[in-house]
Amino acid sequence: MSPARRASRFALILGSLLPLGAFAQSKGLEIDIVGGNAAALPIAVVPFGGDCGQTDVGSVVRADLGRSGQFRALDVSALPERPTQGSEVAYPTWRMLKQDFLLIGRCVPDGGGFRTEYELFDVAKQERLLGFALTAPAGAMRDVSHQISDAVYEKILGIPGAFWTRIAYVTASGLGRSSRYALMVADADGWNPRTVVNSTEPLMSPSWSPDGRRLAYVSFEGGNSGVYIQNIASGTRDKVASFRGINGAPSFSPDGGRLALTLSKGGNPDIYVMDLGSKHLTQVTNHFGIDTEPSWSPDGSSLYFTSDRGGRPQIYQVPASGGGATRVSFEGSYNASPTVSFDGKKIAVAQGAGNTYRITLLDRSLGSPRWNMLSPGSLDESPSFAPNAAMVLYAAREGRRGVLYAVSADGRVRQRLVLSDGDVREPAWSPYRKK
Amino acid sequence: MNASASRIARTLFLAALASAVAVGCSKKVKETPPTDTPVDTGATTQPVTETPRAGAYTPADLDTDACLRNRVVFFDLDQDALKPEFQAAMSCHAKYLRDRPSARLRLEGNADERGSRDYNLGLGERRGNAVSSALQANGGSGSQLTVISYGEERPVCNDATDSCWAQNRRVELVYSAK
Repeated sequence: MSPARRASRFALILGSLLPLGAFAQSKGLEIDIVGGNAAALPIAVVPFGGDCGQTDVGSVVRADLGRSGQFRALDVSALPERPTQGSEVAYPTWRMLKQDFLLIGRCVPDGGGFRTEYELFDVAKQERLLGFALTAPAGAMRDVSHQISDAVYEKILGIPGAFWTRIAYVTASGLGRSSRYALMVADADGWNPRTVVNSTEPLMSPSWSPDGRRLAYVSFEGGNSGVYIQNIASGTRDKVASFRGINGAPSFSPDGGRLALTLSKGGNPDIYVMDLGSKHLTQVTNHFGIDTEPSWSPDGSSLYFTSDRGGRPQIYQVPASGGGATRVSFEGSYNASPTVSFDGKKIAVAQGAGNTYRITLLDRSLGSPRWNMLSPGSLDESPSFAPNAAMVLYAAREGRRGVLYAVSADGRVRQRLVLSDGDVREPAWSPYRKK
Repeated sequence: MNASASRIARTLFLAALASAVAVGCSKKVKETPPTDTPVDTGATTQPVTETPRAGAYTPADLDTDACLRNRVVFFDLDQDALKPEFQAAMSCHAKYLRDRPSARLRLEGNADERGSRDYNLGLGERRGNAVSSALQANGGSGSQLTVISYGEERPVCNDATDSCWAQNRRVELVYSAK
């Protein structure tokens, strides 16, 4: 893509960001990085010059790149000089510090917002790789920062970044009948948390629509489970399933036109697909075992799901129109909660053995399937791929509460996302935001 | 009206007979469900069914009767089979349902936190169904029973320990109408 086209694309994005400026930039989830990656690329991100308002753009980008596990960002205190324009860059300084890349920038107040300019340099080649300017309202400066991270990530690694995305998750507090539940949406780095639904009855299983505007989820507010689809911005919602028995595990098809879900109206949990236009239901599986957790293949032709038809829960695949199911997981006595990468090559699952449940990645891109442990356990669950499949979000238990982790798909770097109080569970990583 | 009244009378007679059988039987003997108990929800609005009879349960017994006060059934890990120690509770709650056709019972199935949440929703439902079957085998009417699964979403205990998990693997019997 040409720089001019890219710049105009960013201008377009920023126009659509305006409503976000209304939300306070509070931090909901605390993030720590666990583990490191010796092969990470060294990059120096210099604090942005000029006036960027309340947002420390350089530090947001530094944190993003560090969390990805693909970069090792130089500590700010180790910066020997702080250039903010290309003309101030002395390559030998950065080469001596063994930095492969250098990101600099500055902001200029512009109307009610800021114009943010940034430049990325390849230190060895002494070459400028990127140089762009973005204009955005003051309230969208974290979005601008994440977009810069995405641009840097893609320029250097050749795959799109997933920093300017969001996560949905469920929080809970209390015990038994006095429990309270909330469905939340936050930026991928835990900032800007917003409550989508509050309830005294359980909330479960958030699933993003492919356009990132709606969430499907399960609520017990009517005295039984029901599946709802809610517009995040407006709050309007539809109850799409409230049959007798279980109404659970919704999952939008890649084209957004269908919803896979679990219903036990036939006597035991089976997978169904609902056409969202007509609300017509197609029964996909019909087995006396528990069939649940449907997850679409990227082409929308088939569904991966969890079933205990063989005795213990394992992953199966079935055509989305129904038909015979084939078993996919053959290693481990308990495999559940499949999440599929955008290219369909990798499936992350919760794999159990005894009292230990870990997130495990099944890579089918090579001749024979290869399993790779992503999390240490012991009660890890609910994996969800980032839209670029470079990371997997999951939920873990620490003491009496749940926390979230994001782990790089190679398992080398983990980051921990913790709520200051209460229990966090069932993370769902959003698709790319619409540009 | 007459036909309805005679049906009620027949219901009461059968119920009284069944309860006499239930009281008379030791818990080791498996009770045979009445083969011809008419299920008539229309009768529930008739005041006559609310008249206490000798040996019949009343709502007050839910708080005082030692057997009826057992309203939680516990399960083994990954199991939905009813354990023998809960047979007595099944028998007295089934009798309560027979004595009080207007009673409605919610069977709330729960699982411990291990394993997938959605799978556990299925497991909770299986446990609820197991209790429902046991109550019906003891003469309770299916029309009085509703199974709801909460999976692992409503724990009563939050520790990652065996004793805590054992408390969470349960079906709660909740009378929505007494």
